[in-house]
Amino acid sequence: MTIQFNDETFRDDYSFHNSDWAIKRFPFPFHEDSYMYAVNMEQHRGGPEGSVYEKRFDVDEHYVSEMRDRAMVLADDPLRCQSLPHMKLAGWDLLELIMVSKSEDYPDLFELHRDGNQWRWVNKPLGIDDTFTFLDETTLPYGPMEYITRQTQGDFCVLDQREENLWMDAGMVTTQADWSLDFDLGMNFFEWHAPVPLAHEMGIFKRALKFLLNIQQGAPARRMNWTMTVNPLLDTSPENYHKWGIQKTTLTPENIGSKQHLRVELQTFFRLPRSNALVFPIRCYLCSFQDLMTMPKWGRRLHRVVRDLPVELATYKGFIDNRPMMLDYLSQFDDGLPTSPGVFPEPETEPPLNKAG
Amino acid sequence: MSAAPQKVKAGAEQISVKVSAVVPLNDLVTRFEFQRTDGQHFPTFSGGAHTVVTMNDDGRTRLNPYSLMSDPTDTSTYAISVRRDDEGRGGSLFMHTRVKVGDEMQITYPVNLFSLDLRAKKHVFFAGGIGITPFMSMIAQLERSNGTWELHYAVRTETLGTYVDELRYKFPNKVHVYYDDRSQSIPLEDLLDGQPLGTNAYVCGPKGMIDWIHATAAAAGWPDAQVHSEEFTAPQPGKPFEVRLCKTDKTIQVGESESLLEALEREGVDAPFLCRGGACGQCETDVVSYDGEFIHRDHWLEPEQQAGQKIMPCVSRFVGASLEIDR
Repeated sequence: MTIQFNDETFRDDYSFHNSDWAIKRFPFPFHEDSYMYAVNMEQHRGGPEGSVYEKRFDVDEHYVSEMRDRAMVLADDPLRCQSLPHMKLAGWDLLELIMVSKSEDYPDLFELHRDGNQWRWVNKPLGIDDTFTFLDETTLPYGPMEYITRQTQGDFCVLDQREENLWMDAGMVTTQADWSLDFDLGMNFFEWHAPVPLAHEMGIFKRALKFLLNIQQGAPARRMNWTMTVNPLLDTSPENYHKWGIQKTTLTPENIGSKQHLRVELQTFFRLPRSNALVFPIRCYLCSFQDLMTMPKWGRRLHRVVRDLPVELATYKGFIDNRPMMLDYLSQFDDGLPTSPGVFPEPETEPPLNKAG
Repeated sequence: MSAAPQKVKAGAEQISVKVSAVVPLNDLVTRFEFQRTDGQHFPTFSGGAHTVVTMNDDGRTRLNPYSLMSDPTDTSTYAISVRRDDEGRGGSLFMHTRVKVGDEMQITYPVNLFSLDLRAKKHVFFAGGIGITPFMSMIAQLERSNGTWELHYAVRTETLGTYVDELRYKFPNKVHVYYDDRSQSIPLEDLLDGQPLGTNAYVCGPKGMIDWIHATAAAAGWPDAQVHSEEFTAPQPGKPFEVRLCKTDKTIQVGESESLLEALEREGVDAPFLCRGGACGQCETDVVSYDGEFIHRDHWLEPEQQAGQKIMPCVSRFVGASLEIDR
């Protein structure tokens, strides 16, 4: 498979765009016409060919531009990448996991040549060809976690496991849905989830933690999460809220189709072998409402989900004020027909929209 | 669900291996070394991890966990050391009497429930007898990262001191051995008293030794989180039981070494699942009627649900006269 990489931006002129291929493989997160929290974990062992679930670390047409955006975020704010001293070994674990996975899954794009601890890493899309000594930091231009996550889409939380809990002790976080690594660094699982409404009362986090503590080597897991973002912004951080928060007020009935994006996180979980830490990659996918509406099933379903979402969740996800305008727009694409179960768009079998304008 | 989950067996991933060496170490302990049958490398692992070995004992399946005691960075070979237990359920006897070089076996990916706290400034290990095994890999890991450690190792006699000679030879200043038959004992209070801040203690051995070290450390003011232990207990096999499936209109048998979920799958019943570890809730099943006792092992159901309303077939079992579930 050869990927044509987009030259695009996630800021200023927002030239980000999805090809037809990217729309069709967009990880639409709703498997039915309503949404409520669930632990919704499943094994991360591939998925349908061409889907975002197929590879361990999905590479798509946005790769090169996303890495450019990450470098810009880091240049402005180096604290987006932090690692407490005891997490170095986990950083090497992560570097190995990603290099091995990408070179096996995308042999035309990435190569890893190993001779004992002498490693050569070739990243063709980014034009990198480095030779270094595994476990020797002085042979890389950055620490191992920073080095490899500057070359991998998605945010990365590297969690230490001890005292029957997980600790946010390292990470690379530049494409986040309004949370801060600098603020959460060193917190445990319950502390960093404290702001989430409803889920604590439902016992979701206790169950989720038990599941995560039991993720074993060779058996990664995944789940989805989602929110809404106005403009295709990767960096919706608290640190930059003054820049992007105001943009939520720029929606109009005329521009909502192109400006309003569904933001989906494909979250995966891997046990790291040497450190026994857990890495939690959070991969962000963006798709504009108007692109989503090209799939009749998604049009019908997104209207119903947004309409019926509890107020607390619409508030927490930051779109309660814009919900009426979203519903005005989305209702045009809901003709009341039933939808087939599952997340995939099924454009060949789903009936076209049966509604005028 | 996002993409169709693939069916896999409960428990950690399996690796097919061939026994590459059987090395008797003394009257009680033998080391077994494994290599992969597919010629690939093993995954590396963290010090303190174990593997679960599947033994086919004349049609009866035994699943026993053993600490991986080889160097974690040596991905060509895994090694375990098994102490023969003449009173036990038979797993260690099977290993000692039946397993030969060249035999093919199944072992799991490494699982670590006894890992090093990598924040520690110093690691103090307390081993009793065969409890030495997890420390062998921890020591190898720390030696590579220039970690600071010391070992206090209690053995019954000189001839039963598994790996004593090797450890003393390699690390003469870090390894301290105490012989029961010479009435030597670990000077625990003194050892716990003199440690620098940020030291973590680890104990693996008989239950009495674990309790003694936890209690003594607590009395000396050590935080609980800095005292780690692993007690070796054999897995409890479940007794076979019979289940009536009311939707399928069928009565099935659940074998000793399979889960209720696996029995359902074997019978072709389409039972939902996700984590296969009792945590995700996906396989939650209503109990229609029962006469007996549940053995609940899940982390999902509330106590009142466990009192006869529901069962998680991925991990939980039943003992009694009859059970009917809504499948």
